[in-house]
Amino acid sequence: MTSRQNSIKKTIAALGMVAGAFAVTAQDAQAADPIKIGTFLSVTGPASFLGDPELKTLELYIEKLNEGGGVLGRQLELVQYDVGVDSKKAITAVKRLISQDEVDVIIGGSTSGATMAVVPLVEKAGVPFISLAGAVAIVEPVKKWVFKTPHTDKMACGKIFEDLQARGLTTIAMISGTGGFGKSMNGQCTKLAPAYNIKIAISESYGPKDTDMTAQLTKIKGVDGVQAVVNAGFGQGPAIVTKNYRQLGMTAPLYQSHGVASKKFIELAGDAAEGVRLPAAALLVADTLPDGDAQKPVVQAYSKDYSEAYGGSVSTFGGHAYDGLQIAVAAIVRAGSTDKEAVRNEIEKTSGYVGTGGVVNMSADDHLGLDLSAFRMLEIKNGDWSIVK
Amino acid sequence: MSAEFLQFLFSGVTLGATYGLVGLGFSIIYNASNVINFAQGEFVMMGGMGTVFFLGLGLPMPVAILAAIALTTLFGFGLERFAIAPARGANVVTLIIITIGASIVMRGLAQVVWGKEFHAVPPFSGDEPITIAGATILPQSLWVLGITVLLVIALRFFFEKTIMGKAIIATSLNRDAAMLMGINVRFVLFISFGLSAALGAIAGILVSPITLTNFEAGIMLGLKGFCAAILGGLGNGMGAVAGGLIVGIAEAMGAGYLISEYKDAIAFVLILLVLFFKPSGLFGKTGTERV
Repeated sequence: MTSRQNSIKKTIAALGMVAGAFAVTAQDAQAADPIKIGTFLSVTGPASFLGDPELKTLELYIEKLNEGGGVLGRQLELVQYDVGVDSKKAITAVKRLISQDEVDVIIGGSTSGATMAVVPLVEKAGVPFISLAGAVAIVEPVKKWVFKTPHTDKMACGKIFEDLQARGLTTIAMISGTGGFGKSMNGQCTKLAPAYNIKIAISESYGPKDTDMTAQLTKIKGVDGVQAVVNAGFGQGPAIVTKNYRQLGMTAPLYQSHGVASKKFIELAGDAAEGVRLPAAALLVADTLPDGDAQKPVVQAYSKDYSEAYGGSVSTFGGHAYDGLQIAVAAIVRAGSTDKEAVRNEIEKTSGYVGTGGVVNMSADDHLGLDLSAFRMLEIKNGDWSIVK
Repeated sequence: MSAEFLQFLFSGVTLGATYGLVGLGFSIIYNASNVINFAQGEFVMMGGMGTVFFLGLGLPMPVAILAAIALTTLFGFGLERFAIAPARGANVVTLIIITIGASIVMRGLAQVVWGKEFHAVPPFSGDEPITIAGATILPQSLWVLGITVLLVIALRFFFEKTIMGKAIIATSLNRDAAMLMGINVRFVLFISFGLSAALGAIAGILVSPITLTNFEAGIMLGLKGFCAAILGGLGNGMGAVAGGLIVGIAEAMGAGYLISEYKDAIAFVLILLVLFFKPSGLFGKTGTERV
């Protein structure tokens, strides 16, 4: 809010200057205009744990960039809309961002649903768009103007299956939330499983607001030969699954997805979370990363900045926003302007960018640019994350 | 197979007792005023979130629980005094709409004051599951069941044996006659809102170690509790609990033996069927519509 007010003040000041010096050319006037970064996030509602840190991160770093003199000598201005988890609101917000606010680049879309809903708009208007949502469908097939920073559910499946192979486990059960995230990840895992010689013996589901999953887990328990259970979902569901899992005395390794990669999960699931494994970005284990790790300085700095500004611990979701902003700003700098086509081309050329999510190498047919090494396999030990070697 | 069945039953009973407790709150206000209080779910949320808040202040668990119940009861009184009482002359539908408004306000307040994150209340007596014939149940589930039974008995006593309880019943049967008999109808309404807020809070505190809680937790619990109350027959406390158990067990069995994706649908189909054949609910009074 304050950064917005600040930038409004600055805009007014800039307008004043333009009005005062009437003789300035149009070129100069444009140079004083702020670079507008549009965003639409799930700041409230069930996905607020995504949107809230994302917005805070964007506000924090835009303020920092502005204090450092802005980008290309111009200040940055954040235009934000809260869209809850309503795709219709997301569409309205993006329409406004494009035609009314005339933003130069859009970073946002906390959920895959909101992102996919606005893709046609963005593609038609030709605005560089960096999504902060998980689903692989956002960048596969490649869309000209659409990029994303978070790891995909497909990568999470790959990472989990890699770990299963290393432990010699081949038969698994899946339990998935019926929300977009759980559904999508379930689909990706099912598709990917044969490539890793993994058999999914049974697949159960639960609603995003369900409060008891013992029935589904009992069913899984009754299936012979299940060596591990994979839970695809985010929000509070996986915490309840984990509690119910221990309640039923199930002992097969339990895997969660990157969707619950925040300290909150450990807090909610309590002791039941011990031994749970999940793939997650390096950000979560910033301090336990080995010293040579390229990501260590980046994630430590972000972690420090965020905690200092807002208190509390970082989540990977804020990190996705950080990466999105850095990639966009770097592209604007390289393009030397906010010409949308040029910025888009530069985003696509992003290579070797070390972010909170991993090392990003984008190309014309990869608008994500991360590989499996971006994920670390973590295990919850003594109420904290530890890296599985 | 039988252990499996028992496990589904335990899950269903735990869920069902929760729904029943919420349903009880609906019944009390309905009894007193014929109003369906759609802020009941928010009372439940406030119980859970309030406990989390007071625990966060460093209060010991029992004190935090009492404080949360007191806070929620205050909100119940406040809702009656500042929203329902001023609209005294209005018809029931208007009052119901007022409660929907109140629920949105309370949800918003909770979101602003307590934040949007999920919280867990620590279980009352440990997390170690109890094994019975191959199935497991959490100690907290026993707390939910036990306190539900106690509350039902206490409420029955209250409504049948005490002057205040009888006054509430009398008011629900015929408001004008009750007034002529010297019952302070406004006070009856006031008390019943406070009472059902307290009940809601107790339900919220009991279940949040199992279900977790956040500012929106009341929506789902309120809806299911409403279903329980309808199924059992609105205004009937025992009916609400029985209705809750039926919905809970149907959900658990549906998820266990049929397809888990359709478990909510199973519960709702059941309710539709019951209402189709017995419109006043399983235990509801039939055909006493006043003219």
